[in-house]
Amino acid sequence: MGYSGFRVIKEALTGHKGWERAWRDPDPQPAYDIVIVGGGGHGLATAYYLARIFGKSRVAVLEKGWIGGGNVGRNTTIIRSNYLLPGNEPFYEFSLKLWENLEQDFNFNAMVSQRSILNLAHTDAQRDAYRRRGNAMRLHGADSVLLDKEGVRRVAPFLNFDSARFPIKGGLMQPRGGTVRHDAVAWGYARGADRRGVDIIQNCEVTGFRIEGGKCLGVETSRGFIGAGKVGVAVAGSTGRVMAQAGMHRLPIESHVLQAFVSEGLKPLLPGVITYGAGHFYVSQSDKGGLVFGGDIDGYNSYAQRGNLPVVEDVCEGGMSLMPMIGRARLLRMWGGIMDMSMDGSPIIDRTPTEGLYLNAGWCYGGFKATPASGWAFAHLLATDTPHETATAYRLDRFARGYMIDEKGVGAQPNLH
Amino acid sequence: MLIPHPLLGPRDAQEFTYLGDASLIDRPDWQGEDAAAAFHDYLYQRDNPAGLHRELWFHEQGDRSWLVVTRNTLTHEIMGAELARDVARARGRGK
Amino acid sequence: MTQMNRISGGLIDRSKTVNFSFDGARYQGHAGDTLASALLANGVRLMGRSFKYHRPRGPISAGSEEPNALVELRGGARREPNTRATVAELFEGLDATSQNRWPSLGFDLLAVNDMLSPFFAAGFYYKTFMWPKAFWEKLYEPIIRRAAGLGSLSGEVDPDLYDKGFRHCDLLIIGAGPAGLAAALTAGRAGADVILADEDFRMGGRLLAETFSLGDAGGSDWADGVLAELASLPNVRLMTRTTVLGAFDHGIYGALERNADHLPVAPAGKPRQTLWRIYARRALLCAGATERPIAFRNNDRPGIMMAGALRAYANRWAAVPGREAVIFTNNDDGHRTAQDLAAAGLRIAAVVDSRKEAPRSGDYPIHAGAVVIDAVGRKGLHSVDVRRSNGEVSRIPCTTLGVSGGWNPNVHLTCHQRGRPEWDAGLAAFVPGGVLPPGMTVAGAAQGILSTAGALASGAAGAVAALDALGRKAKPADLPRAEDAPVSLTPLWHVPGKGRAWIDPQNDVTVKDVKLAHKEGYVSVEHLKRYTTLGMATDQGKTANVTGLAVMAQVSGKSIPETGTTIFRPPYTPVPIAAFAGRSAGKDFRPVRLTPSHKWAAEQGAVFVEVGMWLRAQWFPRPGETHWRQSVDREVLATRKSVGICDVTTLGKIDVQGTDAAEFLNRVYVNAFGKLAVGKVRYGLMLREDGMAMDDGTTARLAEDHFVMTTTTANAVGVFRHLEFCRQCLWPDMDVQLISTTEAWAQYSVAGPNARKLLQKIVDPGHDISNEAFPYMACGDITVCGGLRARLFRISFSGELAYEIAVPTRYGDGLIRAMVKAGQEFDAVVYGTEALGVMRIEKGHPAGNELNGTTTALNLGMGGMVSKKKDCIGNTLSEREGLNRDDALNLVGFRPVQAGDPLAAGSHFIRKGAEAVAANDEGYLTSVAYSPHLQSMIGLGFLAAGKSRLGEVLRAVNPVEGAETLVEVVSPHFVDPEGERLRV
Repeated sequence: MGYSGFRVIKEALTGHKGWERAWRDPDPQPAYDIVIVGGGGHGLATAYYLARIFGKSRVAVLEKGWIGGGNVGRNTTIIRSNYLLPGNEPFYEFSLKLWENLEQDFNFNAMVSQRSILNLAHTDAQRDAYRRRGNAMRLHGADSVLLDKEGVRRVAPFLNFDSARFPIKGGLMQPRGGTVRHDAVAWGYARGADRRGVDIIQNCEVTGFRIEGGKCLGVETSRGFIGAGKVGVAVAGSTGRVMAQAGMHRLPIESHVLQAFVSEGLKPLLPGVITYGAGHFYVSQSDKGGLVFGGDIDGYNSYAQRGNLPVVEDVCEGGMSLMPMIGRARLLRMWGGIMDMSMDGSPIIDRTPTEGLYLNAGWCYGGFKATPASGWAFAHLLATDTPHETATAYRLDRFARGYMIDEKGVGAQPNLH
Repeated sequence: MLIPHPLLGPRDAQEFTYLGDASLIDRPDWQGEDAAAAFHDYLYQRDNPAGLHRELWFHEQGDRSWLVVTRNTLTHEIMGAELARDVARARGRGK
Repeated sequence: MTQMNRISGGLIDRSKTVNFSFDGARYQGHAGDTLASALLANGVRLMGRSFKYHRPRGPISAGSEEPNALVELRGGARREPNTRATVAELFEGLDATSQNRWPSLGFDLLAVNDMLSPFFAAGFYYKTFMWPKAFWEKLYEPIIRRAAGLGSLSGEVDPDLYDKGFRHCDLLIIGAGPAGLAAALTAGRAGADVILADEDFRMGGRLLAETFSLGDAGGSDWADGVLAELASLPNVRLMTRTTVLGAFDHGIYGALERNADHLPVAPAGKPRQTLWRIYARRALLCAGATERPIAFRNNDRPGIMMAGALRAYANRWAAVPGREAVIFTNNDDGHRTAQDLAAAGLRIAAVVDSRKEAPRSGDYPIHAGAVVIDAVGRKGLHSVDVRRSNGEVSRIPCTTLGVSGGWNPNVHLTCHQRGRPEWDAGLAAFVPGGVLPPGMTVAGAAQGILSTAGALASGAAGAVAALDALGRKAKPADLPRAEDAPVSLTPLWHVPGKGRAWIDPQNDVTVKDVKLAHKEGYVSVEHLKRYTTLGMATDQGKTANVTGLAVMAQVSGKSIPETGTTIFRPPYTPVPIAAFAGRSAGKDFRPVRLTPSHKWAAEQGAVFVEVGMWLRAQWFPRPGETHWRQSVDREVLATRKSVGICDVTTLGKIDVQGTDAAEFLNRVYVNAFGKLAVGKVRYGLMLREDGMAMDDGTTARLAEDHFVMTTTTANAVGVFRHLEFCRQCLWPDMDVQLISTTEAWAQYSVAGPNARKLLQKIVDPGHDISNEAFPYMACGDITVCGGLRARLFRISFSGELAYEIAVPTRYGDGLIRAMVKAGQEFDAVVYGTEALGVMRIEKGHPAGNELNGTTTALNLGMGGMVSKKKDCIGNTLSEREGLNRDDALNLVGFRPVQAGDPLAAGSHFIRKGAEAVAANDEGYLTSVAYSPHLQSMIGLGFLAAGKSRLGEVLRAVNPVEGAETLVEVVSPHFVDPEGERLRV
């Protein structure tokens, strides 16, 4: 039965007896048309769109732990489509459009909150770069607003305009950017996929791939062999480990830890998402009132899901420089996620040299906002064997051919993206 | 983190700048057969192990030496550090 | 007002009365009080409201785990929301305000949520507010946001100072209770460097809250004696008011010391708090244990608290929530509270022990096999309903209820490197798991050893073992006799029944919510936490997590370890963001780099601009100039007409020496340097290995084996790092040495037709700098101003006859003053980075906007420079197909078709007649300037196949600013394209 305000009222009046599992807990079947490895946001979204758009119901999502326990459950919840390059911008704009209709689509309130994102500029060169980007967004049909210093002051009067080491000169704003309740995205996709017949199988770790004659026939798991017509891997920070089991030991990806932080709950303070242009700091305020913020990755290869103090301090230094009013707010919790940092900062949604094996990876620390489009595009590729029109650039061989999609322009060094 | 500098003893990792996989030492021969493929593999492909990782750190706020640090990416435990120059020589690099 | 609930005894200093206020009402307490103990003493039990239902709440703890008694402490810019009254030290004039209520703590309109609670079950918001679609952001969310949140920030700049520091020790002991004190005594007497840190303002831990004796002394007396000895040991550092907040890699611990939170304001110039990084060879966690509740209906009434907290308030602070107490316990420790309270003169109305066998602990009614099933008194407890073993229910009047569900070891720091605690069935609690942070061991209650004697012994043994691991011998300190009661507990997590029973009081998570989560399949701990918000409150689940897990285990019919564990993340308690930032905030966010002539430029009234860490003069306004363009145009025109001087010290300078230096440069630059003659300079382009331009600059050959390279200001550090990588990792046997000399030399550009004449007045006679002797691209060592050594390079960024002259940093200020004086007869100007930028755009030189990390030599119009006869970094990969397309971007110049039309960097190029959409995007403008020379805006930019499109007219569209200009594609060399001026 669907979720609605009416239903909530009815259940409230009858002791909440009628609620059932948000998604089933099925045992794996011997074989599926398509098996998705990874029950994170991207994997669940892929399964959802496979069922909803491409009519595939013999689909399973295999998750080694509990769904939504990876990066979709440990990020700073930002959505935006303020990208520069033609390989990226249509994809992220597609994603933002999907966000805008997501909740009605999968019948789960993920609290999509388009309260805007503001990237601050502190130098003339940065302002020029933002103008270039804002124009690129406009040319792709996205929204963007270039603000001067006074424009920024109107949006965020609490920023440090008077005694800043790097004064604010302006900013690029995307009014349609914002935040989403991250866990709800995983659950909403899971529930939506489940209701369309997808088997979501938790505590089912993939331990190997059965590959014969260059073709992937299925996966070995902690719950036995599961046959598959096609296997799609969407495991973010675990990409290297999982793909090595399929014989792909070297990929254009490194795993790095990104820390994120939340403060104690506070009464409303921030209008939307704000990012600092002279330090590593981005922040928004959750519906519960916590400041959710982050900064740079720690910068060294890691699978440890935890970071170290220098980055914590660096992020808070950025925060205090930009908005000194947050000084007496207390940092409540810090956590780390493992990012699949790619060699140009952009993702991969592509076939692999093994027939029937497909890869969705390389999201760096921008994977959350991409969840809907990533799922749709991966579903498109799995269902039709052709890339989705917004994801044609995300090829695995683009580095060999010289078609990098390098938004930051820092080259083949993952920890700089 | 603390990095055990082979000459200077334990040093805070904040004194260093990280580059990545120590295989970046093994720059291919530009005149080798299939140099394009070799350079692509050299620059873009990574082992990315969950476990022991040999990696390059630059002592930027120190003696400016490049180190090859062996570190466990699951636990961050550091097994040791060598001067990258020595490693490079041992791998057959010269002039 | 009298302190009606102040009893006798305690460790407060009654000789010092402290005045304070809460919600405007004035009260008195004593030195040694916390805000919570002082309010209790004054008969105040209601101190806060819960997050969701706005339920009235009082403190349930006497420590940092407090979820309920949160206040806004202090006023004005120092307002500090969500401050736990249970750890806020009382100081004279303390002013606290309740939060998350409107209009008042006693009467809160949002308490209507409590009556509507059936509608607000766990996760309700995921299921509704979806229709009509637009209503979420316009209506629902704003209402939710306003209702949510706890306290509020002042919105003002925090006026306090925060410091950071570093400390090193052999052994860090975390927690100064019996285990920590015994450990410190053992290690301290053995001569080890010890840091003993405790979050409390008085060390002693649980010993301060108990009445039993250690040896012949009271617990706190024994602690005082030990502390006096420790204070006398030079190798022991005692850090009170210091919370060890996290265990990070390689024995590095973060700790927050609250230097001045117990004072009305921090002394002038002193920090409010200090963030320490403690580098510890070993650490011993003696963090104690936290008592946990038993959930029953309305167990959140003000006046209900942990039994151990009740005991602590009575014994340490001589304060009680009321005079008639009931104790509800599932273990023997609850009886200790009853005994202590009875001894303190309280009436024990009942001890309700859920176990079938209850000890006869005292002369008060003891109900074995009984449970509390309800609590009455919305804003303050006045009675509890008790169900006896025979099923009979009776109401017992009381003003306070102490609850003990057992103790959870404080394993938090053992989890900070993702170690998982293990279930100890005997204790019915999680204890530290197998994998601890390297170097950390655990002792005392944190280890699950709950008796005082056991804690003392394990602390001493822990110190001996830690020192042994460091190769030091120690013998355990002699320890006093102490209570050694075994743990006797029968787990009871919640009392089944109607109504709501709270597990996580702050976030209003009840037993029903956990059951609903189970029903809906949110059974894993991670799902449970996220769906119900259990353990996500400001106490991070210190009192709630295990209980929530236990209830989930019960409803799913599994054991607790089968259901899961919960791990903790840093920080141990919340830490102000300002403390993590320390002094690196505001203007001090990052260091400022100044050039040697900064003072001189400031005297000239220069306007400065941040360039990375540097401050550079942007332009030098003269009287009467009201717009920056007037100054910049003047500087450009005067330079091109006569001569201008510019400080270019910030450019990176790298000294390259060695017999292989030339070959080294050959390999890092795309163009050849091997045959560069001594005394000559060459422009060089450097690629990254991926074929993208990394940096450019000039390199001068001062001797066969000695070069000086310049880099752009922005890339100086990165280029040096890259060159060291090449030298050490790629070609380790090359004889080449590098040193950054950026800060060793002050360097000035002298440009314009009269540049030589000006310099001839400075350069010592004997150095011939005529065009013949010192032609374009010459360089050499010279002396100036009568013997000062200097370097002269005949290079030009402006396109004019130009030099760069460098002197040791010490003389930079003197040189620029001398040059300006010498230039007076030529009407020399000084110019800043803006004029520099205008002239380089006029000349078509790429800079940062063009070297943006995604452009190749081909894009920059320097494809021909890339030598294919030699190896160089980036050579091979720059040959990839995607970087060599026919429609690759080329750097070209642009002029508005209508002189006078504006140009904006960041505009995109669209063919005339084509629609302004991404599919028709052909490139972008990178740099623009007003050229006073051409009296028009000009620009540089990248255009698809641009080199072959000179003369074409395009749209430069700027939709983000609603602007568009028709531009003509032109050569990027707007001034002197043949380069004649710079060779004269």
